[in-house]
Amino acid sequence: MDYTIRIGGQAGQGLQTIGAVLGKLFTRSGFQVFTHQDYMSRIRGGHNYYQVRFADHPVSSSRSQVDILVALDKVTVAEHQDEMAPGGIIIYDSETVKEKYEGEMFLDVPARKIAMDTAGNRLMENTVDVGAILGMLGLGLEQLEKLLEETFLRKGREIVDQNVAAARAGSDYARENCGQCAFTVPADASGDGPPARRMLLDGTSAVGLGALTSGCRFYSAYPMTPSTGVFTFMASQAKKHSLVVEQAEDEIAAINMALGASFAGVRAMTGTAGGGFALMVEGLSLAGMTETPVVIYVGQRPAPATGLPTRTEQGDLLYVLHAAHGEFPRVIMAPGTPEQAFYLTGKAFDLAEKYQIPAFIISDQYLADTEWSLDGLDPSRIEYHDYRLRAADLEKLDDYKRHAYTDTGVSPLAEPGASRHLVVTDSDEHDEDGHIIEDAETRTRMVEKRLLKKMPLIREEISPPLLYGDDSARTIICGWGSTYGVMKEAVDDIGGAGGIAMLHFSEVYPFPGTSKFDYLALLGRAKRTICIENNATSQFAQLMRAETGFQFSDHINKFDGRPFLLDELLAKLKALEKSHA
Amino acid sequence: MPDDPGKSKSETGKGPEIEGKGPAIEDYRGQNPAWCPGCGNLQILRVFKMAMVEMGIEPHELLLVSGIGQAGKFPHYTRCNTFNGLHGRTLPVAQAIRMANHDMRVIAVAGDGDCYGEGGNHFLAAMRRNLNVKLFVHDNQVYGLTKGQASPTTDEGMVTGTQPFGVLSAPMNPVALAVAMDCSLVVRGFSGNQEELKELMKTVLEHKGFALLDIFQNCVTYNEINTFQWYKEHCDPVGEDHDPTDREAAFRLALKAGDRIPTGVIYRHDRPLMEDLIPVIAGAEPLVRQPFSQEDVAGELARFY
Repeated sequence: MDYTIRIGGQAGQGLQTIGAVLGKLFTRSGFQVFTHQDYMSRIRGGHNYYQVRFADHPVSSSRSQVDILVALDKVTVAEHQDEMAPGGIIIYDSETVKEKYEGEMFLDVPARKIAMDTAGNRLMENTVDVGAILGMLGLGLEQLEKLLEETFLRKGREIVDQNVAAARAGSDYARENCGQCAFTVPADASGDGPPARRMLLDGTSAVGLGALTSGCRFYSAYPMTPSTGVFTFMASQAKKHSLVVEQAEDEIAAINMALGASFAGVRAMTGTAGGGFALMVEGLSLAGMTETPVVIYVGQRPAPATGLPTRTEQGDLLYVLHAAHGEFPRVIMAPGTPEQAFYLTGKAFDLAEKYQIPAFIISDQYLADTEWSLDGLDPSRIEYHDYRLRAADLEKLDDYKRHAYTDTGVSPLAEPGASRHLVVTDSDEHDEDGHIIEDAETRTRMVEKRLLKKMPLIREEISPPLLYGDDSARTIICGWGSTYGVMKEAVDDIGGAGGIAMLHFSEVYPFPGTSKFDYLALLGRAKRTICIENNATSQFAQLMRAETGFQFSDHINKFDGRPFLLDELLAKLKALEKSHA
Repeated sequence: MPDDPGKSKSETGKGPEIEGKGPAIEDYRGQNPAWCPGCGNLQILRVFKMAMVEMGIEPHELLLVSGIGQAGKFPHYTRCNTFNGLHGRTLPVAQAIRMANHDMRVIAVAGDGDCYGEGGNHFLAAMRRNLNVKLFVHDNQVYGLTKGQASPTTDEGMVTGTQPFGVLSAPMNPVALAVAMDCSLVVRGFSGNQEELKELMKTVLEHKGFALLDIFQNCVTYNEINTFQWYKEHCDPVGEDHDPTDREAAFRLALKAGDRIPTGVIYRHDRPLMEDLIPVIAGAEPLVRQPFSQEDVAGELARFY
């Protein structure tokens, strides 16, 4: 079984509430869940949808076919009616939508009336809809009742009871009136019994949790979609976990603040989207020169300029790679799943501190908002080591130089004020003490220290790409970042018989070498190599060619501001197959 | 440091205790200044060292943040912890240092182009935040480092290489702006009135809140109008009868231009310090010394189950 529920309507109608409840509910019921959101750049109105796919096997992408469409307005019916799967049902409330639809495909659920009758509260109509969906699927209400209690108990027992009553009435209504409902779910995932111990995690929260687990103590940012979620997450944790979270006056201030806090001795992070990153570039170069650790989260969205503010694209890889004047090392992590986002945020912090460099986590709107079900996360797998010299370490030192030459290029990073030793750094080229110089010899040694000595060591830390599928596959699809899920499912769908495998890069810079895994040999053996990217110019393929000389035989690109859907990618892969046949 | 009103409520006083006999001028000797002979900066530097020694502040207890420009080189010509960053970006760095470690004395040193031009937005935001950061602006009403272009405080009409028809924009009045922004402490000094400037520096250092010290200084090379003599003749110390807590009076004083430009404490408003409003650091150990354990945050995963 593999069902997709799409809830469509105007911003503010509660579609997020319905989607979020369903996602969690199905996860607890033991299903594999994948959700994604599509929304317009406006606070109220417009057309938005929240899509919940759940199955009895792993799912990691969205399909375009819909099994149950919850239409909170007429536009939703018009927009998505053609995408209904055979046997699919559209539920709507003719009273609120102000339209009566005829046909087997439609089920008029009088959610508002039911909410008023059972709970006396119009606000419960979303709960009626959730109940109706469970009724249509033949699922029990036990998990939902527990979830409603968790969600609403702080508002009082009465609210919980009203919600439960509304859900029951919705479920009963659907069971009695949906003659056409032919959905079947496995008996072992009936929604009753103890909840499955599984997580439902989105990319944004994963980055936030990763930062928290990495000891991040300072987050400064200027709000910009789709990075604001991480900012909000960090702010929500500030009091409990001793974080200072500051809304800067602009992105220039945001990165300079992160550098100031880091220089003072705490782990610091900033986050933005491409447009805000454009303003941060000056500060990025400052991090490079002063060797100040900093983690920068870049949530990509379509550009140039303001672009499509709430939509998705992988258009900033080469920008993040090349941004800033001058030469200095950096690390770029491009997670493909919330799980990777958690661990790679941890790795970004560790490498930033260890090598005193800027480390990036580049994500995009799609990964930021998608939710995946997973078995769990292990915080202890995130490396945490305080690389800085504190008061006790400094006491033992006769001499301290912030930018001392060392074999590794990594100088001792001290907390200023923790001892009599002075900590001095400068955006000008400087000597070991951190003071301004202009002589050629010091300049040369500093570049060697900062860049040439560190770079090979950093490269050693980078993990090779992940191979999914047969290593002798005739066709290898390749990608980076948020296309992970859809590529993986494409491999599953086409199957071993098709001779297709996936190579996914989540640590993209320094570009992984081949000593741990000779992926170039693997690609060399394949008949066809296809690079799949959510951008117009195949940026990753360009990087790959520059770093390794390897050239893909084919490319699949999408740059309409929307993510790849599974059936769409499958169709493109098949078309490519045909064109070469 | 005995009784120290410059410290906020947040400051624990539990900083590392390091024995010392008190600092001497020699302790503050840095690189040899590359400023022009006769530059007002040299006097500011001299006065600064004297003020630090008289206040008993050790170099390691001080963190100077600067940007770019002749004033930006200031920290290298003295000795203390230093972050010499980018043009105009002094204040964001300085404020974050203070948030991360509110036991540290943080002084931001900037020039008029640096702070009022490139860094204008940061200046506005810093006055609103009111962290315990001291801002020294070396205001010579011209760009020195880039050889004499107009700065935001250059008088209208002054002809420069990039303003051949004379400056066409009205000059900014940083002191009046600071009063308008309700900046916690607004002070103006003149590098030539060294004794006054030293006392003003001490007042600024002792103040609890964000303080602007706008220091008039002469540029011997590029400003032939606002010369040492010109400042000497125009600067007019505020009298004892001025009540800096009277905002309207302060504003009237700040707007004075022409022959008599007031120096001294123009405005003071003891506003709540941001350090005392951020829950995790208010009355607590500085962030930099607060312990961290992964186990403490592991529980945050629970709500995603």
